[in-house]
Amino acid sequence: MNRREFLKISAALGAAGAMPTLLGGCAARPLPGSGVVTGSPTVCNLCFWQCAGTLYQEDGRPWKVVGHPDDPHCEGRLCTRGSAGIGAYVDPDRLRQPLLRVDEGGGQRFRPVSWDEAFDFIARRMKAIGEQHGSDRMALFSHGDGGEHLRRMLQAFGSDAYAHPSFAQCRGPRETAFGLTFGEGVGSPDRTDMAHSRCIVLIGSHIGENLHNSQVQTLAKALDSGATLITVDPRFSVAASKSAHWLAIKPGTDMALLLAWMNVLINEDLYDREYVARHCTGFGQLARHVQAFNPEWAYLETGLEPSSIRETARAMARAAPATLVHPGRHVTWYGDDTQRCRAIAILNALLGSWGRPGGFYNQEKVDLPEYPAPKPPKPASDWKAVVQAEYPLVSTGISNKLVEHSVGKDAFFKGWFVYATNLPMTLPGGVEQIEAAAQSLELMVVVDTMPAEITGYADVVLPECTYLERYDDLRNKPERTPTLALRMPAFEPAHETRPAWWIAKGIAERLGLGEYFPWQDYQEVLDWQLKQVGSSLAEMQTLGVKRFPRKGAVYLDADNPLRFKTPSGKIELYSSLLADIGQDPLPRYTPPDRPPEGYYHLNYGRAPAHTFGRTINNPQLFELMPENAVWVHPAAAAGLGVGNGDYVRLQNPEGTRSNRVRVRVTQRIRPDSVFMVHGFGHTDQRQRLARGVGADDAGLMHNVKLDPVMGGTGMRASFVTLVKAGEVS
Amino acid sequence: MTTYAMVIDTRTCIGCGDCVVACKNENKVPAGLNRDWVVEATRGEYPNLETEFRSERCNHCGHATCVTNCPTGASHYWKDTNIVLVAAEKCTGCKACIAACPYDARLIMHPEGYVDKCTFCHHRVDRGLDPACVSTCPTRCMHFGILDDRDSIVSRLLRERRYKTLMPETGNDPHVYYLL
Repeated sequence: MNRREFLKISAALGAAGAMPTLLGGCAARPLPGSGVVTGSPTVCNLCFWQCAGTLYQEDGRPWKVVGHPDDPHCEGRLCTRGSAGIGAYVDPDRLRQPLLRVDEGGGQRFRPVSWDEAFDFIARRMKAIGEQHGSDRMALFSHGDGGEHLRRMLQAFGSDAYAHPSFAQCRGPRETAFGLTFGEGVGSPDRTDMAHSRCIVLIGSHIGENLHNSQVQTLAKALDSGATLITVDPRFSVAASKSAHWLAIKPGTDMALLLAWMNVLINEDLYDREYVARHCTGFGQLARHVQAFNPEWAYLETGLEPSSIRETARAMARAAPATLVHPGRHVTWYGDDTQRCRAIAILNALLGSWGRPGGFYNQEKVDLPEYPAPKPPKPASDWKAVVQAEYPLVSTGISNKLVEHSVGKDAFFKGWFVYATNLPMTLPGGVEQIEAAAQSLELMVVVDTMPAEITGYADVVLPECTYLERYDDLRNKPERTPTLALRMPAFEPAHETRPAWWIAKGIAERLGLGEYFPWQDYQEVLDWQLKQVGSSLAEMQTLGVKRFPRKGAVYLDADNPLRFKTPSGKIELYSSLLADIGQDPLPRYTPPDRPPEGYYHLNYGRAPAHTFGRTINNPQLFELMPENAVWVHPAAAAGLGVGNGDYVRLQNPEGTRSNRVRVRVTQRIRPDSVFMVHGFGHTDQRQRLARGVGADDAGLMHNVKLDPVMGGTGMRASFVTLVKAGEVS
Repeated sequence: MTTYAMVIDTRTCIGCGDCVVACKNENKVPAGLNRDWVVEATRGEYPNLETEFRSERCNHCGHATCVTNCPTGASHYWKDTNIVLVAAEKCTGCKACIAACPYDARLIMHPEGYVDKCTFCHHRVDRGLDPACVSTCPTRCMHFGILDDRDSIVSRLLRERRYKTLMPETGNDPHVYYLL
């Protein structure tokens, strides 16, 4: 309803005459919003999309978080998790005060300590590591905004090693593959122009179940305007249920389909000849390469009818260049993931969609200067050459490699900071190695808002306040419109919690590195930065979000010859860089492992109510989705003798068993596969809602396939069977 | 008489539950209770399947059996509209309305001792705003407006698209519509 409609009806109601007061004589419950309402800007931190919003309080009590209408990340609408942001603030199980591991009475326990004691301990250990092993031996694992502050502190100390699990456990293959092909990655938020797409192809990407806000919004816009949706997924995902074409592919065979699509586009002359001639290199090699991979060949691998492969290729070509073959986000599946993402990149190039409306657009962010501070020293060694030399194309940390190089007496890394990432549930089948690393490391500091499995391994746990209680860096992400957004505290930090900037500065000062944090309060940094771009902290505290003018074109400029940031300056269908390092320069199909008798493909994914394991204990989201279930096809369920709602345990071929989990019998899954939502099965007892509820998929992954190009962990090659919960000793 | 309607497009509803969370916060609904909820209905056999998601709530019926069955007058229409409210101070918690509602749309009992339900966020409607669920829906599959107004978004959508209501055979005249 728009305001005009409202005004009209108000007049009509007025004309209808005075209605008697319906709410009798005694005081009715006050209507929401009838008290004193105040709002303050925030940037959501329930996931990593970083939507800007407003936190409202009524009569001094938290009321609701609502999306900011000017924010391109959310267009005024927060998602399920964002709407539940207050749940993170009020969670009674939050970390409350710094904890220090102490030996006591023959065992170990965490003792609550002051920040001073925690900082002194950390500084002492770091100095000892520096003296004995070198100041370059600390590593940072981070999956959150505050990690940047810790990174600066560690860089000042002399350690530059860091890893975001969002690379090697998630988006790394596509960033690498698109970088190799177009000279630039997809980035986050993704530079997909779905709002203008006429055809969208999703390959195992279940947008809608992963509620990346503007992705979901633009997909819905495309559907509303009649775009053709093609979904490739062994599971009848939510996206599949919205699709004109659902290709129910055999698990692990996506590459065969992608090659067959290329075959059809090229052999039926459906590709964008002019675009390819103008911008691409290696077309001849590609055309020869895909000759063997016709739809009839692909049928044997994928189980998809050749006619539907041809039909969908033609639909893609008809809508091109406004056809988006979506690059996906979590794409570490089978170990050949960079190659599969290359195939997706190549398809987009053949359709001419890179840099075109409805395909991929050019993003810009605000040119925001860094606050003046001394430059950190050059580290004593090149950590990448030590820990991930076999992946020369990778410019960021590969988390699993960093863990590997933290195990044993001679390991390179001697200390970790872990910020907002629960590594045991993040690294597939990684618990043993993390435990071994914890035994070897001389210092492990975990900084987080909530207790989790990783905090159990820490020497020191530092409680950060939630996003509603802190300032962070300005949000300045690449977007269609360069935009800044401010996260500011709506509440004083609860308990003894503190923001990451304060923690990083405090540790730096104990290390004698205070000069790298030449300010008292982070507001000084934000205000200075904002003043360099014509705003101020005061202005942003009012606005919350500010848009800035673009400098360059949104799409490829037809009049200006473009040089892509690849070795050839062209879109590389044939990758010279991959050839240089002895990898396939053109993508090749590798048949997937098949489950042993009695086992099922372990497929996993997301649910809109949760962000991995980090929101399960949020009281509002827990209520919406308190546990996961394992999806089982009716035929498989009958064979196993399990029914809807039964508890089972999942067991992999190595005998690892999950926590108990309910069966959901559904036609939406193939008979050879099971599916579960990731993030459940917490074992940390301090999460009183989430503990022991549902099952964890990561711990069951026994067949992790490393990507030879970028070192990521392929997570979809593992198998499980179901054991009735009652039958487990 | 003004008839408000909610029109929900099942083609773009993804069943994310944002409507549920937004409602709970907006209306300060106590833990454990909900005024709206999401239903998933799957038909067919793999791989010939259809799945429909529906965000459900009180239908703000034109002939609301909860209103006619309420012995104290606590269940009533708001102003001269189809928006059904419960006056907490008149509600004795007898649950006649719960029995009378074909949609099971009423909370069993608010801890303060009355039967609670969706209000179409009349406090927002009164200020020209959409209900909280509609205004937060990330796929914009939910629409709200006045059915008597031919130019309203809801009237237009119901003219242009196929739709259904839930259990129209009850004669309750429900006003939550699902586009197909």
